[in-house]
Amino acid sequence: MDSVFALVGDGYAIVAADASAARSILVFKHDEDKIMELDSHKLLVGAGVPADCAHFNEYIQRNLTLYELNNDIKLSTHGSANYIRGELATALRKGPYQSNLLLAGYDAQDGVSLYHMDYMASLSKVNFGAHGYAANFILSVFDRDWKKGMNLQEGLEVVRRCIHELRTRFLISQPVFILKVVDAAGTRVVTL
Amino acid sequence: QESGLKIRYPLSHTKTMAFATMDLSFLSDPGVFAKGQHAEDDDARGDLQMARSIDIQSFPLAPVSSPYTFCEDVRKHGNAPGLMDFKHGTTTLGFVFKHGIIIAVDSRASMGSYIGSQTVKKVIEINSFLLGTMAGGAADCSFWERHLARLCRMHELRTKERISVAAASKLLANIFFQYKGQGLSCGTMVAGWDKKGPSLYMVDDSGERFKGERFSVGSGSPFAYGVLDSAYDRNMSVEDAVELGRR
Repeated sequence: MDSVFALVGDGYAIVAADASAARSILVFKHDEDKIMELDSHKLLVGAGVPADCAHFNEYIQRNLTLYELNNDIKLSTHGSANYIRGELATALRKGPYQSNLLLAGYDAQDGVSLYHMDYMASLSKVNFGAHGYAANFILSVFDRDWKKGMNLQEGLEVVRRCIHELRTRFLISQPVFILKVVDAAGTRVVTL
Repeated sequence: QESGLKIRYPLSHTKTMAFATMDLSFLSDPGVFAKGQHAEDDDARGDLQMARSIDIQSFPLAPVSSPYTFCEDVRKHGNAPGLMDFKHGTTTLGFVFKHGIIIAVDSRASMGSYIGSQTVKKVIEINSFLLGTMAGGAADCSFWERHLARLCRMHELRTKERISVAAASKLLANIFFQYKGQGLSCGTMVAGWDKKGPSLYMVDDSGERFKGERFSVGSGSPFAYGVLDSAYDRNMSVEDAVELGRR
């Protein structure tokens, strides 16, 4: 039931997630932050079974912090993506984490990158991605409107169009979306 | 240690195949689990035993080849009729307001369509600043919340500080996540007052944990939300808040 999407622009990435925490027909709260800051320059968001997403995100965050403490250097986005995929793959045949992930990160060398991961432990580097039912609507908006090298304002405009599309056509009402941006300066929350 | 856990893999190259046999011998001797992990007389045990009794990793699973379907298998087998008929049917609610937190629970325990008791206590005092509510399976809730009380006390003794509500609810959520899919049925709220003021967390048997201002848990919860949402005001007085909970 989560709607989660992200896109890459010129030196930044926007990650958006709906802020509703719900179970069956009941919504518990409208201010649930699903986007986890793995470190100062990485964002990880999961869509799927809420408990699995939350636990897995925290597990990854703790392990990346441990890596930084052990090695005095942060793992790159590419390295983190492959590490996360490895964790998903190891758990797949024992007790799979049913969470679909998007990882956005900034590295000094490679700039901004976005990785799309599945609960089956697939991994691909993408320019934009979406998970959940929302993907059915949002990917077409991205296909049409996403261009390489958009500035932050243009990127936010695309996000605005995605949310508008969801509100127009998606059955489930998701009144609040939380948006976070990662760029050279780090991660921050933005509003449309 | 693998106490009594037998998983048989007839085809050794595919570990996904296991027999669906049932070993119900533990029913005649329930103490087989109590001895190592849940010792009544903790003074007689050494530190190692105590540490292991707290260590989540060593909690026993049902000694069958497929713990995930244990409850269903027992029901289907018919060897122990009524064993898996847990008591259900509860409305619990809680909300944070200016002066603190109000928790309201009903006191009926139903077993199917039979009312088991009208005076069940569905709130447990974890410590003098933490409350836990129980909805769902009565045994699951009361056992795990009493276990949480023990963990909280251990935390206090080790760190000389009262445990925060966030930490207590996280301990419980982690336990539930560990047993995810194995038939625990428990919707609880952990409410308390710590350094950050009043906090209310809802913890679910699936391992979900949410912080919030108002929650209602149980089979009557949608109806309770209706009353709660329409009359809730953060600045109401204690009397108004108690009256809202009662309603």
